[in-house]
Amino acid sequence: MSEDANVTTDDATDEETIGHAHGAGASQMQELIRERILPRFDGDSPAGGVGLAELDDGAVLPLGDGQSLVVTTDSHVVSPQFFPGGDIGRLSVAGTVNDLAMMGATRPVSLTCSFIVEEGYPISRFDEVLQSMETTCEEADCRIHTGDTKVMGSGEVDGIAINTAAVGVVPDGEFVADAGLSPGDKIIVSGTIGDHGISLLSYREDFDFQGDLESDVAPINGLVEAAMAAGEVTAMKDPTRGGLATALNEMVDKAGVGALIEEREIPVTGAVASAGEVLGIEPLDVANEGKVVMGVAPEDADAVLEAIREHPMGEDAAIVGEVIDEEVGRVVLDTGIGRRYLSEPAGEPLPRIC
Amino acid sequence: MSDSETLQFRDPEKADRLTERLQTLMDEIGHPVNIMHVCGTHEQSIAKYGLRSRLPDGLSVRMGPGCPVCVTNMPEVDEAVALAEDGKIVATYGDMFQVPGTEKSLADAKGEGADVRIVYSASEAHEIAEENPDEDVIFFATGFETTAAPTAAVLTDDPADNFYVLSAHKYVPPAMELVAELPETDIDGFLAAGHAAVITGYGIFEEFVEKYETPVVVGGFEPLDVLLALERLLTFIRDGEPGLDNAYRRVVSEEGNVAAQDRMWEVFETTSGEWRGIAEIPDANMVMREAYADHDARKQFDIAPDVGESDPLTEQCICGDIMAGQADPDECALFGEECTPQNPVGACMVSSEGTCKIWLEYGGQPDL
Repeated sequence: MSEDANVTTDDATDEETIGHAHGAGASQMQELIRERILPRFDGDSPAGGVGLAELDDGAVLPLGDGQSLVVTTDSHVVSPQFFPGGDIGRLSVAGTVNDLAMMGATRPVSLTCSFIVEEGYPISRFDEVLQSMETTCEEADCRIHTGDTKVMGSGEVDGIAINTAAVGVVPDGEFVADAGLSPGDKIIVSGTIGDHGISLLSYREDFDFQGDLESDVAPINGLVEAAMAAGEVTAMKDPTRGGLATALNEMVDKAGVGALIEEREIPVTGAVASAGEVLGIEPLDVANEGKVVMGVAPEDADAVLEAIREHPMGEDAAIVGEVIDEEVGRVVLDTGIGRRYLSEPAGEPLPRIC
Repeated sequence: MSDSETLQFRDPEKADRLTERLQTLMDEIGHPVNIMHVCGTHEQSIAKYGLRSRLPDGLSVRMGPGCPVCVTNMPEVDEAVALAEDGKIVATYGDMFQVPGTEKSLADAKGEGADVRIVYSASEAHEIAEENPDEDVIFFATGFETTAAPTAAVLTDDPADNFYVLSAHKYVPPAMELVAELPETDIDGFLAAGHAAVITGYGIFEEFVEKYETPVVVGGFEPLDVLLALERLLTFIRDGEPGLDNAYRRVVSEEGNVAAQDRMWEVFETTSGEWRGIAEIPDANMVMREAYADHDARKQFDIAPDVGESDPLTEQCICGDIMAGQADPDECALFGEECTPQNPVGACMVSSEGTCKIWLEYGGQPDL
């Protein structure tokens, strides 16, 4: 509990074990990575590129011919596997394509795909997952070129888990890092926030809210390409696990700047806002699977916003705040009534009592 | 409530006018003022909207014993854990799930294989009992009048034979009296919880106002509701008048929901009991009456928790002082360090109604 807040102790055996919150809470996951994984694999980061130590959405490896290789990988598990607005197949392609796009590589050269499937998983469901992956690949304009399939015994995996990896290329030095924010940059989100997390939590809990609650899971590499073509994007993250709150805190922390965010400018659908209030869960704290938050040079902000809004998936995009040189490492949220810090959520969001 | 109706109570311009009015009142009062509220939802609203950044200097608004999860005593959690470990299905509110008992929480028990389910209501727990007729289903019932009334509603509506309630329900008015009597607390006025008053009616506070000569105002939970209630309290304080007012008229009446009160008192009676970290409080624990013994987990099962050793850090936890309004979370040495929502030492760090969790979640006040 003192030194090793990243591990829990199994009371029966006194052995340290990994707890479920490590996967849900960004801060605990960060500790696990920083204290256990990085010390072993963290070599020098590639000159002119991005390595493990930067804890970015992917690695950037200069190839020596003016091009840099961008690589990213992600394992996907989700409960339930089919949910309003998507399924694990769509998530597995979109998630990895988006991670690649967050580095500035908006045209994936290739995807890989590994399935781990539980014995007894219905073939018809597997077909549905594959169909969904195929459609999503078409939307993202990418192909799967290699993969692997393993079958585990009943109970050894929860239905199906999918790992995907992607590679892309960017001209040397033209990648976009998390850490690129400078004071004065405008902060843009590409659309409504909280849709995936709130809709999944509501669906899991079998809440029947009025209005459409749907996951936003989608590949947004096209939208990102349009934004980058319109102006200087200084930093990007897809606000997945831990939500917009976590993404913004990570970005200001890495860049050594602060941010002032106007809560009322953050687009949130009425259905998500209402469901969030009933569940006692902040839309800013939960995952998005088809959104980007980016810093943009102030003189380009209007042009980039315009370009995003012209994209079919960006019509709700908004400038939500700006980067400041005060409050370093912190995100200040102006609620319209008062101001407070926006902190990273810790642990699994649990619906509250009253 | 529709979105536009909700937004009315979050209007920045109206908030500006109310905060100006608070400043004027504070100038007229001419000394620091301590207001206590007794509800986690009020603290949520104050923290979430950054209200403290707008309050005049000298006006302190502090949370008292307003988190039902936090005041649930450790032995009560131990009872629930023991029932779960004994193979029964234990259903409870999400907030209770990770609250540490002496050695274990229900989350720990579930991790070791016990069947613990998170529910949103007493009726959802009852549905689990109906779906599992061969199992004993225990609803670990926590909360103030707002959740006690729904628990009573299920119990008075011919519940399934295999449905049992382990009551840790608490009754707020005696706790307010206790806090008002503590020699260390110096409270100029109480902001009472609007949702509890929906059940009890605001008239219930009349006696308190007279006895302690301290004003009480019932308030709602939108930011303007809170500011309006503070405005009423400061007006009473300026005028030296220990008055009672209802600043949540759209839902709270003087007599409350009489039918819900009748059912609640048909099922429950009050008894003296320990509130975690605070004190033994007379008449503030709600236990089930003899007529409902068939569904009372304590009467139907021999609950003998094997509690083990408590976490030594527990001794450093100042949850009790915080809930008595005598300390702020950041005065605790454990706050945000050894005590976090993932590894909570005290219950105030577990529940979203808990002061410590709320302060950590909403990050505090910037100077900007």
